Amino acid sequence: MDISNYLYLSAILFTIGAVGVVVRRNAIVVFMCVELMLNAANLAFVTFSRINGDLVGQVASFFTMVVAACEVVVGLAIIVTMYRSRRSASVDDASLLKR
Amino acid sequence: MTTSSNLVYLIALPLFSSAILLLLGRIADKWGHIVATLVSASTFVIAALEFVSMRQRTGDARAVHQDLFTWISVGTFNVHASLLLDQLSICFVLLISGVGTLIHIYSIAYMSHDHDRRRFFAFLNLFVAAMLLLVLGDSYLNLYVGWEGVGLASYLLIGFWNQKPAYAVAAKKAFVANRIGDVGLSLAIMIAFAQFGTVSFTGVAAGVPHASPAALTALGAMLLLAAAGKSAQFPLQSWLGDAMAGPTPVSALIHAATMVTAGVYLITRSNFVFDASPTAQTMVLIVGGITLLFGALVGTAKDDIKKALAASTMSQIGYMILATGLGPVGYAFAIMHLLTHGFFKAGMFLGAGSVMHGMNDEVNMRRYGAIGKVMPITAVTFGLGYLAIIGVPPFAGFYSKDKIIETAFNAGGTKGILVGGAALLGAAITAFYMTRVIVLTFTGTKRWDDEAHPHESPSLMWIPMVVLAIGSVASGFLFNSGHALVNWLAPVVNASGEHDAKEFLAPLTVSLLALGVVAIGVAIAILKYRSNVAVEAPEDVSILTKIVRRDLLQDDFNDRVLVRPGQALTRFFVAMDNNFIDGIVRGVGGVIAVSSTNLRKIQNGYVRSYALIMVIGVLALIATIWMVTL
Repeated sequence: MDISNYLYLSAILFTIGAVGVVVRRNAIVVFMCVELMLNAANLAFVTFSRINGDLVGQVASFFTMVVAACEVVVGLAIIVTMYRSRRSASVDDASLLKR
Repeated sequence: MTTSSNLVYLIALPLFSSAILLLLGRIADKWGHIVATLVSASTFVIAALEFVSMRQRTGDARAVHQDLFTWISVGTFNVHASLLLDQLSICFVLLISGVGTLIHIYSIAYMSHDHDRRRFFAFLNLFVAAMLLLVLGDSYLNLYVGWEGVGLASYLLIGFWNQKPAYAVAAKKAFVANRIGDVGLSLAIMIAFAQFGTVSFTGVAAGVPHASPAALTALGAMLLLAAAGKSAQFPLQSWLGDAMAGPTPVSALIHAATMVTAGVYLITRSNFVFDASPTAQTMVLIVGGITLLFGALVGTAKDDIKKALAASTMSQIGYMILATGLGPVGYAFAIMHLLTHGFFKAGMFLGAGSVMHGMNDEVNMRRYGAIGKVMPITAVTFGLGYLAIIGVPPFAGFYSKDKIIETAFNAGGTKGILVGGAALLGAAITAFYMTRVIVLTFTGTKRWDDEAHPHESPSLMWIPMVVLAIGSVASGFLFNSGHALVNWLAPVVNASGEHDAKEFLAPLTVSLLALGVVAIGVAIAILKYRSNVAVEAPEDVSILTKIVRRDLLQDDFNDRVLVRPGQALTRFFVAMDNNFIDGIVRGVGGVIAVSSTNLRKIQNGYVRSYALIMVIGVLALIATIWMVTL
């Protein structure tokens, strides 16, 4: 099987994630879409690692996972706090900065 | 050339005293007038001492020079602030400080009821300082400082009672008319610098023989414009009548005896320019001739005693300007008439002030009449000034004015007959309007209200009047005996020792002719005004009388030709500024405001739209890189 198919899959996953971030309102879903985009990037890294025959890409994907883990902790905490105070998890409701 | 270190005190003392009086304010109210008068008297003492020592020297050593400091030093262009007292300036210095001191004394009494007498005296001292600087400066630039200084002092003093809007307007009018002349003087200085690279009198005089006729004519014309502004000559004459809004001592000192003669001084001082440029000299003659008739005609229709005297001043200065236009021979007679005029006109103004003082500031001569009986000293001193101005021998004006008429006729040809005829006609009209003034004021029947209680003025007022009257009687004879003044001034104004080419008329003929026309003028005035004078000016008069009453339409002319177009131009510029210039500024601001209002909508606060913009941005970036690398 052609190795570039992994790259196409990665691109499709990234696009699905990006579209999800833009079109969905629920903060949890948006969050999951962000994770999907990160994982699409991870897939691309690993694929490039395989193509180049070294471990640099795999190391980079580990870094991404660590960052994603941290992000989940912080992001979920924010979403929970917002839900508690505003009784809504919609990202459109949290548009206070424009004022 | 002698050097001296005393000249600076002539200027520094009154300037310092003026500053002190103004800075101390009300603290100096009690003694300010005394200090100012003493300072003025001390300048006269210094001037008299300088005069005595000048008389003891001979030849070139008579001129005194004092270098104060280097004022401007740029490359090869050096202007020193330095003073020059020569035979010409000493005449002026003595006149300014002498008449100035008398008028200071007079003002102590005249202004005694005024709340702001101290300020008045501070301005008077400022004027004396500036006027002395004007006549003592040894370059056009130094003269210019004094020139502007007297303009300022004149403005401040005309508008001294500026709580009355009409007086403030008169002050402004005088200032604006003077500015036009000042522009002429500054242009003259620029021409002198461009042509000769120097602005000192000696430097310009040395350069004149090598200069082009066109440049000299331009220089002369600009100097004449300056003189016309300061000396109220045609066509800048309109401010002098309104300047009578100032207190009467100011009219006597500034607008009769000294400041208005600065133009005569300027032309006489610049004699080398005018002698080298016949065109400029002819322009001087024309201006002088027109003004002497203009002023005399205006004087015939004025009911306001001060304005009648002001018109007379304008006319007499016209005589002086005319004399300066007659070349080397004329300058000395111009100065002689200037000095005698300083005595008799200042004396008559003080007399007019004395009458006003006794008549509750009434100025309309139609409401005077028979004042001679109640104010004998004023009447006699005024009468002596009157005899001097109309030129009755042996009073001062006879010598000075006859000399001018004689020299004018001697100019020769058509020119001589024209200017001589104008001067002779002027003498007749002068006799008419001055007789009118004196008949209306001092003789006839009383026409004043019963509330007025005219009384003789206090001694502080009549003593200066008596001194000036003595001057009006004796000065002409003194100046003329043995050609004293002509010989005294010759080194400055007539270095080549030029005399009249030929006598057109014998001096005796001229004198008899002048006396004849004067007698006619006097007779007409007496017949017309000795009785039946209406208290109100009659309205059913000929169109000519109406025109003369309106100052020969000078203000109407200025209003139509200068003021209204000027105002229209100003309105146009204001409209341009408001609509066009401001329109551009407001337009730029508006465009930015509208575009930023629209641009702000991008910042809508929705996370998803930010994310979309980021995605689009990244895609655009990738597309760009892809396009470039392809």
